[in-house]
Amino acid sequence: MASPWSLSGALRGMFSRKTIDEDTWTDLEDALISADFGPDITDAVIEELRASVERFRTTDPADLKRMLRETLEERLARLDPTLTLSNRPAVVLVVGVNGVGKTTTIGKFAKFLTTYGRTVVVGAADTFRAAAVEQLATWAERGGAQIVRPQQHGQDPASVAFQTVEKAQREGIEIVLIDTAGRLQTKSGLMDELSKIRRVIEKQAPIAEVLLVLDATTGQNGLNQAEAFIEHAGVTGLVLTKLDGSAKGGFVLAVQEKTGIPIKLVGQGEGIGDLTGFTPHVFVQNLVG
Amino acid sequence: MATFGNLSDRLSATFKNLRGKGKLSPADVDGTVREIRRALLDADVNLEVVKAFTGRVRDRALGDEVSKALNPAQQVVQIVNDELITILGGQQRRLQFAKNPPTVIMLVGLQGAGKTTLAGKLAKWLASENHTPMLVAADLQRPNAVTQLQVVGAHAGVTVFAPEPGNGVGNPVRVAKDAIKYAKDKQHDIVIVDTAGRLGVDAELMRQAADIRKAVDPDEVLFVLDAMIGQDAVTTAKAFQDGVDFTGVVLSKLDGDARGGAALSVASVTGRPIIFASTGEGLDDFEPFHPDRMASRILDLGDILSLIEQAQKNFDEEEARKVAEKFATDTFTLEDFLAQMQQLKNMGSIKSMLSMLPGARGMRQQLDNFDESELTRTEAIIQSMTIQERRQPKVLNGSRRLRIARGSGTTVTEVNALVNRFEQAAKMMKTVAKGGVPQVPGMGPIPGAGFAGKAKKPQQKKGSRSGNPAKRAAENAALAAGKPVGPAAAGAGSGFGLGGAGKKAAPTEEELASLQKFLGR
Repeated sequence: MASPWSLSGALRGMFSRKTIDEDTWTDLEDALISADFGPDITDAVIEELRASVERFRTTDPADLKRMLRETLEERLARLDPTLTLSNRPAVVLVVGVNGVGKTTTIGKFAKFLTTYGRTVVVGAADTFRAAAVEQLATWAERGGAQIVRPQQHGQDPASVAFQTVEKAQREGIEIVLIDTAGRLQTKSGLMDELSKIRRVIEKQAPIAEVLLVLDATTGQNGLNQAEAFIEHAGVTGLVLTKLDGSAKGGFVLAVQEKTGIPIKLVGQGEGIGDLTGFTPHVFVQNLVG
Repeated sequence: MATFGNLSDRLSATFKNLRGKGKLSPADVDGTVREIRRALLDADVNLEVVKAFTGRVRDRALGDEVSKALNPAQQVVQIVNDELITILGGQQRRLQFAKNPPTVIMLVGLQGAGKTTLAGKLAKWLASENHTPMLVAADLQRPNAVTQLQVVGAHAGVTVFAPEPGNGVGNPVRVAKDAIKYAKDKQHDIVIVDTAGRLGVDAELMRQAADIRKAVDPDEVLFVLDAMIGQDAVTTAKAFQDGVDFTGVVLSKLDGDARGGAALSVASVTGRPIIFASTGEGLDDFEPFHPDRMASRILDLGDILSLIEQAQKNFDEEEARKVAEKFATDTFTLEDFLAQMQQLKNMGSIKSMLSMLPGARGMRQQLDNFDESELTRTEAIIQSMTIQERRQPKVLNGSRRLRIARGSGTTVTEVNALVNRFEQAAKMMKTVAKGGVPQVPGMGPIPGAGFAGKAKKPQQKKGSRSGNPAKRAAENAALAAGKPVGPAAAGAGSGFGLGGAGKKAAPTEEELASLQKFLGR
C-alpha cells in the first residue's frame, strides 16, 4: 500500500531545512503543482511568498510555512461559502460532468438538510444513464427525502424538474434538490438541455442555488468545466467531492479565483454523513498541515 | 475527439517562436523546453514525468543526432513526437485471451471513472468480434450499480450474471468466483467482472479487489482511468498497481476537452500499456488505443488511421459499387440518397469522424456546433415523399412540396433546399463518376462535400490549417497529390457522405507517407 501522497508530507522536508534557499522555492513549486494548483496559481502564490519573505526579511522556513498557510487561506476565504436557501421552496439544481458524484452528493445533502428538520424532495432528472433513478431513489430513502421519478424511460429531464417543483409547491416541501445527468462540458447539445431545465424551473420558482460538483481528482480541466457550466447553468456554488482520496483538489483555488464562484460543500466519503460545509481553514490545514 | 488538442495548440504556439531560425541555440532550446514543460503541466501531466520528458527533449535537441536537414521547429516536433510515442507505449497492444476459455477480464478504478459503462462497451465490442461475453455484477457497493449493469447488458445484448442485489448486500469475491463456474457451464468464452469503484488510499477495499483477483485469476486486469484526472493520476495508478497489479489501462471520457496528460503520466510511471480509449456515452463509443497515433494527434497530424478503419468497418463495398454505377448511368434517386445517408449514420458520429482529420483542431468550435439532427431532418423529408417523388424529383410541384413539408415537420424552404442540393450533388457526382472534375466554384473536387448538404463544413477541411508553414505545405501537397485518385476511386465506392468519407481517406496514405517523410522517419 503506497502511503498517500500529501502536500504536508512533501513540504515537511522543505520546512525542516535551516534556511530558505533556492531549493526551498523549487520544492515548494513542485509541491504546489503536485497538489493540482496548476502552473498559474503556483507562480502567483510563489511570487507573493517571495515578496513577503523579502519584506519580513525572514530566513526561517517555519515562517514560510505559516505564510503559505495564510496566503492560501486568505485566497480561499475571499468568497462567501454560505448556501442561500431562504426561498420556499428553495430549488437547488445539481450539475456536473459524468462520474463526479452528483447523485451521491444529493443523497448526502438531503440527509444533511433533513437532520436540520427541513423537508426535502429530490427530482430524478437524470433520465439518461442506466439505473440513475434507482440509485437516487436509494439515496433519497436513506436521506429521508421524497422523490419524483420520471413517468417513463427517457422522459425530458426538464419536465421531471417541473413536476418536482410543482410537487414541492403543492405539498409545501421546503427544499427541492434536482439531480441532472452527467454531461461533458464539450457536448453543446447537452449543455443546452441544461439551460432549458433552468428556464423551465425559473418559470415556477426562482432557483436558489446551482451547485457544480467537481471531483477532487480532476486536474486543470476543472476550470474548463466550471466555465462551461457557469455559462449554461449559471452556477452559484461549487461542491468538491472525493476529498477522502489522495487527491487534494488544488485546482478549485484556480476555479474559485478565475470564476468568482465560491466552494460551498465538501464531500469526503461514501457514507451518508460525509458531507460538510466548506471552511477554508480546515481545507488549508489538511493541505499544508 | 481532439483529445490533446489543447496541448497541441500550446506546442504549436511554442514552435512558432522557433520558426525562421536556422539553428537551435541552447537559449532557444531552454526557452522552448520551458514552454513545453508548462504546456504539459497545464495538460495535467505528472510533474515527475514532465521533468524526465523535458530533460530528454532538451538533451536530444542539443545533441548532434538531430538532422541538419530539418528546420528547428521540425527538429523539435520530431523529438517531441518520438518521445511521446516512446512514453505512450510504442506499439499498440491487444487484449490477451486465455488458452482455455473463459478469458477473464476484471475492471478496476476510482469511483466514477466509467467502469460500468466500459463493461457494456467492451461486451458489445467483443460480441461483435464473435465472442460470447458475459458481464458479472461485482459492484455491490454503489446503490443500484447492479441494476445499471443489467440495463447496460441488455443494451449490449449480452448475459449479465448478477446473483446478488447489491446496495451493500452480498460478497463480491464470491460472486466473481461463482461467475467463472457459471460461464464454463453456459459456454461463455469471456467473462467481464465489473468491480466497485475504490480510492487508492482505501486499504480495505483494495484488499477486496486483490481477493477478487485471486479468486478469478483474470487474464487481464484493466484499470479504468478518467482522462480528466490531475496530478493524482500517478499516485492512484501506483496504488492500484500495488493493490491489484493491473495489466492494462483504459482511458475514459476522452470525448471531453481534458488534455489527457494522465495518459502520459500513467503509461510512463507504471509501464502498463493503454489498451482502449472510451470516447462517449454510447455503447459504440470505444476504440483500441493507438499510442503512435495518439502522439501524432498531440502534434495535430490528425488521427487518419483510426478514421480509415472506422470507415472501412461500416463501408459496404457492394452497395457503394451499385451507387457508383447509378451515378454513371444517371439513375441515382432520392431513395439511394436516403440509403446512403442511413449508411453514413451507421458510421457513428460524424463529429468524431471529422475531428480525426488533420487540421481539425482549429475547427473544434465549429465541430461542436455541427448539428447532427440535420441528417435526421433530411431523412424525414425524404421519407415523407411518395415512391414516385423519390424516383423522379422532377414531379415535385408546389403543392407536393407543401405536403412533404407538413408531413416531415419542416418548411417548404427546407424541402426546396434539399431538392436543390440533391440535384446539384447528383450532377456533380455524375461528372466525377465519369472521370471528370466537377466545376463547383471555390469548392474543389471533394465529392464528399455534397453529403446531406453539409457542404460547408467538410469543405473547410480541404486545406491544412496548420500554423506551421512547412507542415501546411506538406499537408496541402499531400492533398493535392490525392486529388487524381478521387475519380478513379469512384469506381470502388463513392456517393455523397459515404463515398465522401471513403474518399477523404483515399489520399491519406500518401499524405501520411509525406508526413512521415517530413518528420524524417
